[in-house]
Amino acid sequence: MAARKITTALTDEVVRSLRAGDEVEISGSIYQARDSAHKRLVALIDAGEPLPFELQGAVVYYMGPSPAKPGNVIGSAGPTTSGRMDAYAPLLIEKGLKGMIGKGLRAEPVKQAMVEHKAVYFAATGGAGALLAKRIVANETIAWPELGAEAVARLEVVDFPAIVVMDCHGGDLYAEGRARYAKSV
Amino acid sequence: MCGNGVRELHVGEITAVVRTMCMEANYDLPPDVYDALKAGKEAEESPVGKAVFEQLIENADIAKRERVPICQDTGFAIFFVNVGQDVHFVGGSFEEAVNEGVRQGYGDGFLRKSVAEQPAHARRNTKDNTPAIVHTSIVPGDKVEIWMMAKGGGAENMSSLNMLKPAQGWQGMVDAVVGTVSRAGSNPCPPIVLGVGIGGTIEMCTKLAKKALLREVGSVHPDERIAGMEAELLEKVNALGIGPQGLGGTQTCLAVFIEEMPCHIASMPMAVNVQCHAQRHVHTVL
Repeated sequence: MAARKITTALTDEVVRSLRAGDEVEISGSIYQARDSAHKRLVALIDAGEPLPFELQGAVVYYMGPSPAKPGNVIGSAGPTTSGRMDAYAPLLIEKGLKGMIGKGLRAEPVKQAMVEHKAVYFAATGGAGALLAKRIVANETIAWPELGAEAVARLEVVDFPAIVVMDCHGGDLYAEGRARYAKSV
Repeated sequence: MCGNGVRELHVGEITAVVRTMCMEANYDLPPDVYDALKAGKEAEESPVGKAVFEQLIENADIAKRERVPICQDTGFAIFFVNVGQDVHFVGGSFEEAVNEGVRQGYGDGFLRKSVAEQPAHARRNTKDNTPAIVHTSIVPGDKVEIWMMAKGGGAENMSSLNMLKPAQGWQGMVDAVVGTVSRAGSNPCPPIVLGVGIGGTIEMCTKLAKKALLREVGSVHPDERIAGMEAELLEKVNALGIGPQGLGGTQTCLAVFIEEMPCHIASMPMAVNVQCHAQRHVHTVL
């Protein structure tokens, strides 16, 4: 199956059309943010202060890269475990976040927020950081550089490969895929 | 060599070799793991799973060719060191020499610094990936044998300690291992490798589980009884259907390695150390 090409920012229409199991190639701006950045983003929302990027339609990438070698845009840049951001994701989704790229299981409140507010969860291949870095063509730190690998950065991606694992209709490829190949022994 | 059969070894040699090991571990997927990915790709029944294997093989090729990390999580630096009892370290502290090697390797090698101090509160990055975790054993001879692992956080987080009751027997262990992998699902970046430590005490079984991960993927345990236990666990874990990256498939686990020792008559401790497919380990002898 050929991957479907999608461009950020994501609209509700695109989000609704994506189904668990769809392979996609993402192009446009995405925002690097992981543990510490999420804590700070939610604190800003709670305080009623502006965020370092426009959340409406945004796609966040749960990722903290290795340092870029001289001449490279970024170091290795594969996804981190998304579950650590579950405590923060529902509020961000409620405020307009449309896509998350990461790897691994999500908690029920995140799945519910995705259905209620129309958002999609993509998995990129964990541990393929050298390969995924090739699809990142620009990298600009836009907030909290003191966090190092945990800073927020705007990344320009071209045909970034991912798969829809959880869609806004309640579809869950982790559950469906596993059930398809489970055997009794 | 000194007069009385003692070999002097300058700790600067430890630093130099550790520096190189940190970089090589992170750039060069070991041949045993690379071959296991190739075999896994052939064996995998899921088309999506096969595609994941292809990406992982291509990723390993890029990392090796371009001298960049296989994964951005370049890990906690963990060392198992067998120190010959006829070795005399000179020129400073052995453990500080290891840490200096880590500092240089992670700095010069553009590796990510992933260690935070004051875990409960400040969680400040130590900025040089130290301290390393160093397990030493004193052994006969005048050599120093070093194994280094770069251990990522995502897989480590999915590991488990199980203080079982003796009455639960082998079936209790099987259930605990399968349960650990089942709960972990897609989180630890499958296809995984499992280190299982059986027996000892709370600290020994976890250490054995980690040490088990030093074995080469594809190797068969020399003890037929333990080899049979490993094969049974591998089959049952793979029957879960989790598959590469948890997207469904037949190849959830590349290998199960068991290390065993006696335990207290009242106890049956067992630890499962989960390792991602980027099973980065290097070995050298000084």
